[in-house]
Amino acid sequence: MNKDKLKTIAELFLTFFKIGLFTFGGGYAMIPIIEHNCIEKKGWITHREMSDLVVIAESTPGPVAINCATFVGCKRGGVIGSLAATFGVVLPSFIIIYLISLFLDNLLEIKWVASAFKGISCAVGILIVDAALRLVKRMKKDVTTIIIFAVSFVVMMAVNLLGLRFSTVTLMLICGAAGLIVYIVKSRAAAKGGEGKE
Amino acid sequence: MIYLELLLGFLKVGLFAFGGAYAAIPLIRDVVLSNGWLDDAQLSYMIAVSESTPGPIMVNMATYVGSTRGGILGSALATAAVVTPAFIIILLVVYALRAVMENRYVKAVMDSLVPCVNGIILAVGLFMTLECILPEFKPLTVDFRAAALTALLALLLFLTRKIKFFAERKIKLSPVTLIVIASLAGILMYGV
Repeated sequence: MNKDKLKTIAELFLTFFKIGLFTFGGGYAMIPIIEHNCIEKKGWITHREMSDLVVIAESTPGPVAINCATFVGCKRGGVIGSLAATFGVVLPSFIIIYLISLFLDNLLEIKWVASAFKGISCAVGILIVDAALRLVKRMKKDVTTIIIFAVSFVVMMAVNLLGLRFSTVTLMLICGAAGLIVYIVKSRAAAKGGEGKE
Repeated sequence: MIYLELLLGFLKVGLFAFGGAYAAIPLIRDVVLSNGWLDDAQLSYMIAVSESTPGPIMVNMATYVGSTRGGILGSALATAAVVTPAFIIILLVVYALRAVMENRYVKAVMDSLVPCVNGIILAVGLFMTLECILPEFKPLTVDFRAAALTALLALLLFLTRKIKFFAERKIKLSPVTLIVIASLAGILMYGV
């Protein structure tokens, strides 16, 4: 590996380490920071590529931060670059959470810490509901979408309330299959309708 | 074999979590509850800790669960497992899969996953709120302090969004601020 390449790899690692260290609240909070660092400061990717990247990150699984780091690293330094960027973005939270995990149980034995966490557990529920409502607002609202949304909600609520064993992955697979079937049936019907007119 | 379980559990989380941090919570919850790694109370502590520390929630959760269940090796394995699917898929997209992402059938599946995930998140959020207010799930065991606290926090979140005064000054209640307020309120209500 020549010197320039090594420098690129080190730069990718350090930049994403910094991004990982200063992004609170996960994925979407990271997007403006990545824009600032990778487009404006370093010119590693273009604005066009960035907006592509956001779409790809949303439609592929995994943390948005990882998707972004892998993408930028790959564009800039191939597979090794993507490894460096991904490793860099993960490392800060890994170290911090690992240290916290060593002490959290002891912390919870202190009365005021336990009280604080009791309060926090109420906030977490609200935060999740709030995030869900924001997502629902942005969601396309045709008949199929609304039915899938309602069924998923009711099934999941029932599973939780009744303490049933039903994996969310199964539910997602069923919804994906249902969406595909509806799409095929619809496009067949549309094709037939088209033939009829001619 | 705890290492294998951690690896498989978090591979599943990494592979099926679409659409950002909160979308992953129901999946993580599913995996950690069914393996008995955390209960709902511990899970919500960890969500709060993840929100108040840098980095993606999924990575934070993997590191924490891995560490409490399998030490440093467990946490490294779980973290690697949660990251790997996204890493591989993005490499594939860059080198080969562009066309697949734009395929109309793939799009149809993706489009139906969005409402499904949204429904799941809403249900889990409501359930966790309920669980906080009704710890034992019996109508007689309502935790009134928790109910009051929940109402207060929800109101606060709602008001900072709706009142012009805050909107004009771009004052937003970030998750971290809400968590700090909640912890102070918790100390006030449940005592030191």
